[in-house]
Amino acid sequence: MPVLQIRGLTHYFGGLRAVHDFNLDLEPGELVGIIGPNGAGKTTVFNLITGVYRPTEGEILFNGHNLVGKRSDQIVSLGIARTFQTIRLFKNLSVLDNVRIARFARMSYGVPAAMFRLPKYVREEAQTRERALELLDLMGLSEQATWVASSLPYGLQRRLEIARALATEPRLLLLDEPAAGMNPGEIAELMDLIQWIRRRFDLTIILIEHQMRVVMGICERIKVLDFGETIAEGTPAEIQNNPRVIEAYLGEEAVA
Amino acid sequence: MKQPSFSFLSRILAPLRAAYESLPPSVRRWTMPVLLVIFFIVALFSPAFINLYWQQVLIYVGINIILAASLNLVNGYMGEFSVGHAGFMAVGAYVASILTVWVFPRWGWGEYIPYLFPVALLVGGLAAGLTGLVIAFPSFRTRGDYLAIVTLAWNMIVKSVLENIDAIGGPRGFMGMQKLTSVAWVYVWVVITIYLLRNLVYSNFGRGTLSIREDEIASSLVSVDTRKVKITVFVVAAFFAGIAGGLFAHIIQFINPRSFSILKSTDVLVMVYLGGIGSLGGSILGATVYTVLLELLRPLQVWRWVVGPLLLVLLMIFRPRGIMGMQEWRFLVPREERVETLAALMERIRRKGEAVAAPAPVGGSSD
Ligand SMILES: Nc1ncnc2c1ncn2[C@@H]1O[C@H](COP(=O)(O)OP(=O)(O)OP(=O)(O)O)[C@@H](O)[C@H]1O
Ligand SMILES: [Mg+2]
Repeated sequence: MPVLQIRGLTHYFGGLRAVHDFNLDLEPGELVGIIGPNGAGKTTVFNLITGVYRPTEGEILFNGHNLVGKRSDQIVSLGIARTFQTIRLFKNLSVLDNVRIARFARMSYGVPAAMFRLPKYVREEAQTRERALELLDLMGLSEQATWVASSLPYGLQRRLEIARALATEPRLLLLDEPAAGMNPGEIAELMDLIQWIRRRFDLTIILIEHQMRVVMGICERIKVLDFGETIAEGTPAEIQNNPRVIEAYLGEEAVA
Repeated sequence: MKQPSFSFLSRILAPLRAAYESLPPSVRRWTMPVLLVIFFIVALFSPAFINLYWQQVLIYVGINIILAASLNLVNGYMGEFSVGHAGFMAVGAYVASILTVWVFPRWGWGEYIPYLFPVALLVGGLAAGLTGLVIAFPSFRTRGDYLAIVTLAWNMIVKSVLENIDAIGGPRGFMGMQKLTSVAWVYVWVVITIYLLRNLVYSNFGRGTLSIREDEIASSLVSVDTRKVKITVFVVAAFFAGIAGGLFAHIIQFINPRSFSILKSTDVLVMVYLGGIGSLGGSILGATVYTVLLELLRPLQVWRWVVGPLLLVLLMIFRPRGIMGMQEWRFLVPREERVETLAALMERIRRKGEAVAAPAPVGGSSD
């Protein structure tokens, strides 16, 4: 059974049709890429899945739950986590706190328990602290645990954003152009990291990328968007030779 | 604030600090409790050697610490802009006063009133918290910033409602309260308030609150129920404002709606932004400095009312984070959250960590 089923997803911003009739069936453990030129509607798809916007039309089912109309935090609690195209860390908070906040929905103590330091609170906080530090250690961020997030170098900020997403214990991870702003060496390293976390945390992943060659190496399946329409879908080899895709990208290259 | 004066101060205190640090941790642990006990013994006997005026100033400082620390939760930690804190103070003040002046005597508990004072304060706080809930619900319904407008309206509504209820004195005010608030009592409440707020702030709930200020959308996308956090934080802040109001009513023994005008709310805002957002130590500092400053400026008479708003504007422009924005006094940070404790814990975890870690960053960690 598919983890995620998207049917006829359509979204308008006023008169602008950002996404039109987007469909996706995602099997457990798959790594699917979404590519397309600027403004194609890729990020909007993520925003619709995670409840940032409510779709104009269409339905999104995640493990049998209808996501349309749910709040973002509810959707995340069901097991979907994401990163952002432009890094959105909690800049003034520590690296550790960034990760711990992502365990918010996993805390079961109430506010009075926190204020009076009841045993439940002390226990859960200790547990969260350890789990978060373990995750940071695993992700190679242990030395920076007490740093302020904004003081991390760019590559590590990207890494922290992924760690923060993982801290919510997702089944499905949405990565929005994680390679943006990276040099070729960093991109290669990032691709290794994505494949590693995929195995380690047993994840299903959707990866948005702007550059075609980045996704070619690691995705089993690729969807191509242009002006909100799905213009092609298939294996990397099929996509590379698809005339409509070449046209969409050539058109863009000519502009750029 | 001039930097040199600070470093001068820290140079004088350096030997003292060194001596303190040389003490074994088991002794240092007791510093804060012992200091508090000494403080309360002094406070308890203060009527014997501090004159009435300075006692009153000390009490105002304490009340203002409670007000500033609780408002800091909403405006500093959460990054919203509430401007009607005096409205909640009014609710607490009137409810607590009605209890001690009318209700308790009528129930035949007249002679126990000094012992029932904490109960009156708590009921006042709960009433304020309840009104906070009523206001929070519509204001945080949607994203976007209606809170400033709603709380401004709230503050004015409270004032005019109180002015129009004749049974509690209308514009003439309400009196008959005993002088139940003493220096020692106020600081008991200050310590309780700061302790409870500190625990909240250093919980994951508190971190969720901070994340709303940092980036609300990102916050909800890492599972923070932002609406619940906002409402809860607002109610908690209103509760403590209500407590402060009850304490206030039982020191000046006469309250009227004008005591809780928007000017009072502005004073609290100045304390928060002067002391520093996102810092309980900052609120203690801000409340103390500003309260004493206002006392010193008393000769200015009505012009005194210009100081608050003017200071607020200047602060917002030149130092929006305040004196110690986002920093905290060490003793206010729970032991398990101090940097060295966390570093030690990290060290332990790293040693027992898995052999298979994520592919290491290229130019990342430096060993
Ligand atoms: N909040 C919004 N309000 C109005 N229009 C929007 C909004 N968000 C996106 N759009 C528009 O919707 C279209 C799709 O945007 P989207 O961000 O999804 O593109 P994208 O494929 O992620 O592009 P990029 O590669 O530049 O990130 C664009 O034309 C964009 O201008
Ligand atoms: Mg995008």
